[in-house]
Amino acid sequence: MTNKTVLHAKHIEAGAKMVDFYGWDMPINYGSQIEEHHAVRTDAGMFDVSHMTIVDINGADAKAFLQRLVTNDVNKLDVAGKALYTGMCNEQGGIIDDLIVYFFSDTAYRLVVNSATREKDLAWINAQAANYTVTITERPEFAMIAIQGPQAKAKVATLLTAEQNAAIEGMKPFFAVQADDLFIATTGYTGEDGYEIALPAEQAAELWQQLLDVGVKPCGLGARDTLRLEAGMNLYGLDMDESVSPLAANMAWTISWEPEDRNFIGRQTLAAQRAAGDQPKLVGLVLEEKGVLRAGLKVISADGEGIITSGTFSPTLGHSIALARVPRSVAVGSTIEVEMRKKLVKVQVVKPGFVRNGKKIF
Amino acid sequence: MSNIPSELKYATSHEWVRNEGNGVVTVGITEHAQNLLGDMVFVELPEVGDAVSTGDDVAVAESVKAASDIYAPVTGEVVEINEELEDTPELVNSDAFGDGWLFKLKIEDEGELESLLDAEGYANSIDED
Repeated sequence: MTNKTVLHAKHIEAGAKMVDFYGWDMPINYGSQIEEHHAVRTDAGMFDVSHMTIVDINGADAKAFLQRLVTNDVNKLDVAGKALYTGMCNEQGGIIDDLIVYFFSDTAYRLVVNSATREKDLAWINAQAANYTVTITERPEFAMIAIQGPQAKAKVATLLTAEQNAAIEGMKPFFAVQADDLFIATTGYTGEDGYEIALPAEQAAELWQQLLDVGVKPCGLGARDTLRLEAGMNLYGLDMDESVSPLAANMAWTISWEPEDRNFIGRQTLAAQRAAGDQPKLVGLVLEEKGVLRAGLKVISADGEGIITSGTFSPTLGHSIALARVPRSVAVGSTIEVEMRKKLVKVQVVKPGFVRNGKKIF
Repeated sequence: MSNIPSELKYATSHEWVRNEGNGVVTVGITEHAQNLLGDMVFVELPEVGDAVSTGDDVAVAESVKAASDIYAPVTGEVVEINEELEDTPELVNSDAFGDGWLFKLKIEDEGELESLLDAEGYANSIDED
């Protein structure tokens, strides 16, 4: 069965090329994914992310439950609306999913998880909740639109009421606020400024049209992938999955080791891995000559072999970039090799992250 | 449905061939092929003077999505390459049958052109994809 978001007709109307994305019929591009990419880096673009799964966690034990469920500590969230990026691991320390937790109060949180992992995430979350006083509510009645780019906030502002604009005035990155029917968050997956807005599904087509009318360019999954890769952000299923530790996926920073008595799922395994220091690591690779690094290609270094987990052509930089999992001893700044189309090419090792706010960062 | 000019010849591997006369043909990839590949980022061309045989992989069209081999549709010698593609590979997307041409061949046997598909034959072949 193929799912369609409430904006499906708007995509067709805009001439989108549609593809199957884990059971959802989604736009891959509306003509040129490179033009869409540049729109986000230089102006403003929008993505239909209504396929993503919103789950509300409410109840007396909501905080304690999330302190057990995810690797980052929701106790860091002390201001209403603050958000946190985290992994959710199994007992073996493998990543079940990565997600964002939004904090309303100690008894009310919102999670946004990947659509591709929706069923297993919901099953896992519900199973873990058995001994906690919480209710877990999926919110499929919401659509979600991400508006990203240096002009994104200014363009959105022209469509909001005075009260809504007051509600988001001066909002820092990684915050959210409920403003009338709009849940407006300063989160995203592009490395640019902007919002992710969740709203009642029946209002989504109208907002999409208003955004089009103020010059926000519709962007598909193709541009979403090149943008997130330039920003050095992981994609679940490629850069990590249940066989991968957060320590091997550039997600060590999303594990809160303090306080020591917080017994989050996977803690024992991850602590042992951390002590052993034997996990591989995720790095960025840069290829300045012709060619495009692709997922699955073999990486060869004096410290041992690795593998490219995501690779693409970077439209902003004009050459190829990749994320790769390599032995921990491979040094940032060194030059190693990738086996590409029957030959070896030299690549530079950088920290995982290539472009932020339109600028090269390595 | 993609545009498939009737005056050209085609290979099932999505190359088009235009007979320029005097035994010279121009080769490119079809609009259908560029549409499947998406935004082009690099085009690797053969060198002028290369001798190529029908079916040889002689060029690579690399898009954001994938790298795709391009095959010589006929046997001959490369007499010219489209140097514009070095800096503007997107010409293959915007004008697949025109400014996005790839290379020109001096063909050995003009009779070989007869074995290529005509527009209708190519249209049928992509319907079966």
